[in-house]
Amino acid sequence: MTAPVQVRLCPGGPLLVRGATEIIDEEGNAVPVTRPVVAICRCARSSRSPWCDGTHKVLRTRRPRTPDEPGP
Amino acid sequence: MRPPAPRGPLSARLLTLLAEPLRAADGLADLARQSVRVPLVRADEDVQLSLLVCQELDYDGIDGADERWECAAGLLAARRVLEDAFEAELRTETSMLVGEVQDTARHDVAAAIFALTESVPGPPLARHLHRHATRRQLAEFLMLRSVYHLKEADPHTWLVPRLRGAPKAALLAVQIDEYGSGRLERMHAELFADTMRLAGLDPTYGAYVDKVPAATLAVTTAMSMFGRQRRLRGATAGHLAAFEATSSLPNRRYGQAVRRLGLGDAAAAYFDEHVEADAVHEQVATRELCAPLVGAEPDLLADVLFGAAVCLLLDAQAAEAMLGAWRLGRSSLLPAWATPVREAG
Repeated sequence: MTAPVQVRLCPGGPLLVRGATEIIDEEGNAVPVTRPVVAICRCARSSRSPWCDGTHKVLRTRRPRTPDEPGP
Repeated sequence: MRPPAPRGPLSARLLTLLAEPLRAADGLADLARQSVRVPLVRADEDVQLSLLVCQELDYDGIDGADERWECAAGLLAARRVLEDAFEAELRTETSMLVGEVQDTARHDVAAAIFALTESVPGPPLARHLHRHATRRQLAEFLMLRSVYHLKEADPHTWLVPRLRGAPKAALLAVQIDEYGSGRLERMHAELFADTMRLAGLDPTYGAYVDKVPAATLAVTTAMSMFGRQRRLRGATAGHLAAFEATSSLPNRRYGQAVRRLGLGDAAAAYFDEHVEADAVHEQVATRELCAPLVGAEPDLLADVLFGAAVCLLLDAQAAEAMLGAWRLGRSSLLPAWATPVREAG
C-alpha cells in the first residue's frame, strides 16, 4: 500500500511535500527525497534549488513584488 | 559529562553533593533561594551552571554522580527554585513582545510566530562570522554552541509523549530529520561533532562547558526547563518553532564562514544541512505543530508565543555576549576559574 503524496502551500513560503520519493527539478533531473517532509522553493531565489532555503523571507522584507513576478 | 568547575556557592555545594554518596540535600533549596536573588537569573554564572548540572542528570549524567540524584527530593526542590525564578523572569521579559503579536495569533498562529522572529532581528552575529570572524572566533562560536548542538533536538524530544494526533506526527517529522532518519552519520549532533573535529576541537559531550558563560548556558537551560515539564508543552512547541524559523538564513552564513576560513566543505556540511532542513522544519513546526496544538488546546496560545519569544530573547543575549567580547578584542569564552570557589556553609 502506498500512502498518498500530500502537498501544503505555505502562505508566502514553499510547498511542503510529504510522501514523495523524488522531485524532478527545472532541468529535468530527478532529485531524491531523503527527509520525511521536504520544502520546495516557490520564490525561485533559493541557493539550494529545488529546496527552499528561507530566502523568500529576505525578499519579502527587502522589496515589494512586481505584478509579473511569481509569488514568494 | 565531566563535572564542571563551580562558579559560586550554589554550584560548589551542588557539585560537592554529587561527588558524594546519595544522601538528603535539605539545605540546597534554601541556598538556591539565596542564589536567585540576582539582577538577572538568565545571566548569572552560578545559577545557570547549577541549573545545567541539575538538568544534565536527565541527559548524559554527571561523571561519578549516583544516578539516583536525578530524582532526589532535595535536588529537585533546588532545581524547582531555580527554574521558577528563571521562568518568572523570562515571562516578565517577554510579555511585551508576546503582546505585540497576540491579535495576529488569535487567527493565525504561524503568522504570529514568523512576525515575532522578524520583530527580534538579534545582533549581526551571522554576518560577522560570514564576513569578518577570525579562525579563533569561529572556534569559540563552535565551542559555545557545542553545549546544545552535541545534544541537538533532545530537549524538544521530551515533548513527544505529551502530544496526541496531528501535532505529535508533525513534531516527529521534525525530530526524525534531526536524528538523521535513524542514520548515525546524518544525525545533526553527529554532524556537529564532525565539524568540531575538523576544526581541531574536542567533540566530547560537555568538553567546553567550563568555558561557556551563562549567557549561552541559558539558551540550553531554558529548552530543558520547557521540554522536561508537561505544563510547559506549549512553550516547548513555540520554542522549537522560533528556533527553526531563525535558522536557515544564519546557517547559510555560518557555512560560508567555515569555507572562507578554509575548513572545507566537509566541515560546512552541518550548516548546509540546516539551511535545507530548517526551511522545512520552520513550516512544519509553525503550521503543523503549533497551530493545531493551539487549535486543540486554545489555552496554550500564550505559552506557545512565550516559548517562541524566549528562544529569540536568549539567542540574542548569547549572540550579543559573543559580539560584545569580540568588539573589545577579547575572547567570548570564560577565563579559567582561577581560584576554586569556597563552599558556603
